[in-house]
Amino acid sequence: MNSETQTHIEASRGFGGMQVRSDAALSMKNRIEIRNLDFFYGPTLPKALKGISLNFPDRQVTGMIGPSGCGKSTLLRVMNRMYSLYPGQRAEGEVLLDGENLLDPQMDLNELRSKVGMVFQKPTPFPMTIYENIAFGVRLHEKLSKAEMDQRVEWALTRAAIWNEVKDRLQASAMGLSGGQQQRLCIARTIAVRPEVILFDEPTSALDPISTLKIEELIDELKRDFTIAIVTHNMQQAARCADQVAFFYLGELVEVAPAAAMFTAPKHPKTQEYITGRFG
Amino acid sequence: MPNSTRTHIVTSYGEDLKRLREMIARMGGLAERQVADSALCLVRRDSDLAAEVVMRDAELDAMEREVEQYCVRLLALRQPLAADLRLIIACMKISQDLERIGDYARNGAKRAIVVSQQPMMGSLNGFERMAELVQENLKGAIDALVEDDAAKADEVWGNDEPIDGIYNGIFREMLTFMMEDPRNITSATHLLFIAKNLERIGDHATNIAERVHFAVLGESLTEERPKADISSSAVVNPPG
Repeated sequence: MNSETQTHIEASRGFGGMQVRSDAALSMKNRIEIRNLDFFYGPTLPKALKGISLNFPDRQVTGMIGPSGCGKSTLLRVMNRMYSLYPGQRAEGEVLLDGENLLDPQMDLNELRSKVGMVFQKPTPFPMTIYENIAFGVRLHEKLSKAEMDQRVEWALTRAAIWNEVKDRLQASAMGLSGGQQQRLCIARTIAVRPEVILFDEPTSALDPISTLKIEELIDELKRDFTIAIVTHNMQQAARCADQVAFFYLGELVEVAPAAAMFTAPKHPKTQEYITGRFG
Repeated sequence: MPNSTRTHIVTSYGEDLKRLREMIARMGGLAERQVADSALCLVRRDSDLAAEVVMRDAELDAMEREVEQYCVRLLALRQPLAADLRLIIACMKISQDLERIGDYARNGAKRAIVVSQQPMMGSLNGFERMAELVQENLKGAIDALVEDDAAKADEVWGNDEPIDGIYNGIFREMLTFMMEDPRNITSATHLLFIAKNLERIGDHATNIAERVHFAVLGESLTEERPKADISSSAVVNPPG
């Protein structure tokens, strides 16, 4: 057999090495890099996060899983300095967004939160019109003409896959929307200020299965433009949405791996026990 | 990461998985018996036993369908992950291997009936030995699954060579018989197929070992398995 035929056979083996999201598929550039992060809810309380180091690759979805109280939501709250609202809470270490430490006391919190948006478990629309829900946040950061603002509102609502449902009632109250619509409105509100990172804290746990799938579809769509971190208790959701998954336990990062590897062959026994339901 | 010894929080899920292993163990037991009996009926020239082997194959077929349905149900209802997912997928594929093994045993038994009506031709010791080795491997592979033992599976996986060796011997022997006297051709041809069946059963046993290795450790055995079947080139070398 000559060497040319040999090569041909090598190349045609299997599906030509096609892999379902391997390490190599993850983007090389990190949008956020967390280094040795410790977090304290109070001066006398034990560490809620212990020496976390974790990277969030650019325009990828990072899923965070773990039992209640393991620190995953705490980590989200550190990533946009939500904890600064509570005196006594303190973070040590570094959270670098494009190389800039978000924990730096000099950091402008308004600017930070326009860069790192957050969507919560329960939809939290403002008691205003649908239009105002979107425009409100934008006005804090930018001065836009009426036409520009109209354009931005439409863009945000379209990106959040809710424009078609609300375009004829932009002046109606947002409180009249269904739960799933309210959540997509909140996502529109978050992306309207054009953040770099979006944090989702259990974004679908209060929604029905169809609304859940719509949000998941949306997350998949949004990762083309944004870096996404999602905390979820739904393992299948993490498997579907995330590119890489981090497992937390008792304030520590136990394992981080590409989603496919994490859910088929996790390395750490604790991860294995957690995701197969053999915990505690 | 091997399957945890901890019990499942959802007791019924844990029991479902246990039941799945038991189903495969039972199916494996029956497949072993079929292999043993198909060799025994050949050696003893026992057509009744051969007929029994042929009849019993339907049982394996039914078991395979049952395992498959059960696995589909588990996938749909439990949405298994990690080791549980791997176990269920492995069991589904193992049941196919076992069903196939049953088919080979059945085919061997059918041919044994024909052979038993022909005059005796040489010794059948090789067949007996081959069936023993194949059966050992099959048992080892199924035990490895039941005990979650990757090392045992690996042992079976690397243990197919002696079977191939005996097969090569039988192949040459049968060719000689046929060349000596054309009246041997009927028997010798059936015996060749029987030997080939046993050799294939051995390959399925190593398949099962591969699947167990994957189920337990989460990684595939990718290296080339040691093989020694050279019958394809025993007479003339194929071109290329």
